[in-house]
Amino acid sequence: MNKLINRRGFLQGSLVASAAATVSLAKKSEAATFEGYPNAMGVLVDLSRCVGCRSCEAACNKEQNLPAPAKPFNDFSVFDEMQHGQKRRTDETRYTIVNRYDIPGREHPLFRKIQCNHCQEPACLTSCFVNAYTKTPEGAVIYDPDVCVGCRTCMVACPFYIPTFRYSSAFHPRIMKCVFCYDTRLTKGLPPACVESCPQEALTFGRRSDLLDMGKQRIRENPGAYVDHIYGEHEAGGTAWMYISPAPFEQAGFDVTVPKEPILNYVKDFLSIVPMVLTIWPALFAGFHLLATRKDKMEQQKKNENEGEV
Amino acid sequence: MTINPKAVLAAAVLLLAGTLTTPGRAMDQLDAPETVTIDALADLYKPVEFSHKRHAQLARCKDCHHHTTGQQDMDPNCVRCHAQSPETGRVSCQDCHIKKQFYPEQVIAGNNPNIYHIDKPGLKGAYHLNCVPCHIKKNAPSECDSCHALTDKGRDFFHVGGEKNGKAGPAKGKDEHAR
Ligand code: SF4
Ligand code: SF4
Repeated sequence: MNKLINRRGFLQGSLVASAAATVSLAKKSEAATFEGYPNAMGVLVDLSRCVGCRSCEAACNKEQNLPAPAKPFNDFSVFDEMQHGQKRRTDETRYTIVNRYDIPGREHPLFRKIQCNHCQEPACLTSCFVNAYTKTPEGAVIYDPDVCVGCRTCMVACPFYIPTFRYSSAFHPRIMKCVFCYDTRLTKGLPPACVESCPQEALTFGRRSDLLDMGKQRIRENPGAYVDHIYGEHEAGGTAWMYISPAPFEQAGFDVTVPKEPILNYVKDFLSIVPMVLTIWPALFAGFHLLATRKDKMEQQKKNENEGEV
Repeated sequence: MTINPKAVLAAAVLLLAGTLTTPGRAMDQLDAPETVTIDALADLYKPVEFSHKRHAQLARCKDCHHHTTGQQDMDPNCVRCHAQSPETGRVSCQDCHIKKQFYPEQVIAGNNPNIYHIDKPGLKGAYHLNCVPCHIKKNAPSECDSCHALTDKGRDFFHVGGEKNGKAGPAKGKDEHAR
């Protein structure tokens, strides 16, 4: 945790101070990998089990009180929908979606559930100037709309294109993304709604460390059934949601070029954030202002609480 | 050999629960109930009437019951320990596969280093992971709604509008989307 916060603080500071220094310092920085919270939970998605029933999408919609879908969740024509030549993506009305991949030479298509992967060292978090994101000890990456200034840096930073912006209200910026059912389930030790709804147990919920063991066991005990790789074990510095697949990951639409290190260890922080600093200068200051006032508010709150105790 | 299929039915277990056969003889399909109502998980879907008799003619006991009926399962991952396993006292799915999969008790139990089966499916997973691949392989119905009729709650859950025919999803296009 310390490392996370330090590095984030360090990044913010150095961005304002000197972008050039960021690069040289970041290279030296030893805070390369945060091993993750020991008891953090995760989900192992087994592509060989998913049948594309979309129960998980329906469960998510209900749990998160999202708007009614355009088509029922048991309408499978959505798998043929394309937008700008791309398959369906998560957005502000759906935190998770399942896509179908017809892979040449395979008798049956593969289905892949997509949602926030809840990175160990989330790029959305490290890139956010106002600390709107938190990686909780349970493993969830959650978001606080009250401090968000709507600069959308996180949308650019996320290697999986997950955070989406709710445009409906310009004055109350809000990023919408999967929160691992943090408040309604995870904190109570319960599996997320999608996991509980899955008939195929394509989604296995458990301690991330246990899931890695399970994934390796499945690969080992079923020779030829899986590609020998757990996507998310190291991708983007490791993610809470991980995948195993019977076909090469790129064939199921995975970005296999995602670096194996936390995203902001990468040059990306320099290349993409420097120009961004220029374009989002006002938002940035708004952010710092918010941060400052928030701190005041928190201190005030603390004071009140203390007084209450006396 | 005493069996009471009705009692089994009433208890809504998938298979014959406690009754033991003569020692030294593996169970066979005659020991099994004819039909089982699977309603342990009914909520979004109506209970499933499962013809055990018919399935017992189409598959071997071990295809669903693994090593518990005294038939040898030759899966290399199983014979490592279960090559000589005798039939067990309880052979119903839910005797081993729990309903509350991934709830805290189960996640904590996984901490026990003496447990070998760290990756055992829950009841719902066990059914589908065993039934669906075989149905696909044998060209048996494998759409969601070929076994499951939606309840009203299920229709709300899936946002199914229009006429209430209790059917899940497009009934046509058999096995179009299942793998
Ligand atoms: S997948 Fe994207 S939104 Fe989710 S934690 Fe990782 S960087 Fe953040
Ligand atoms: S509920 Fe499970 S099987 Fe159905 S689409 Fe989602 S992950 Fe796949």
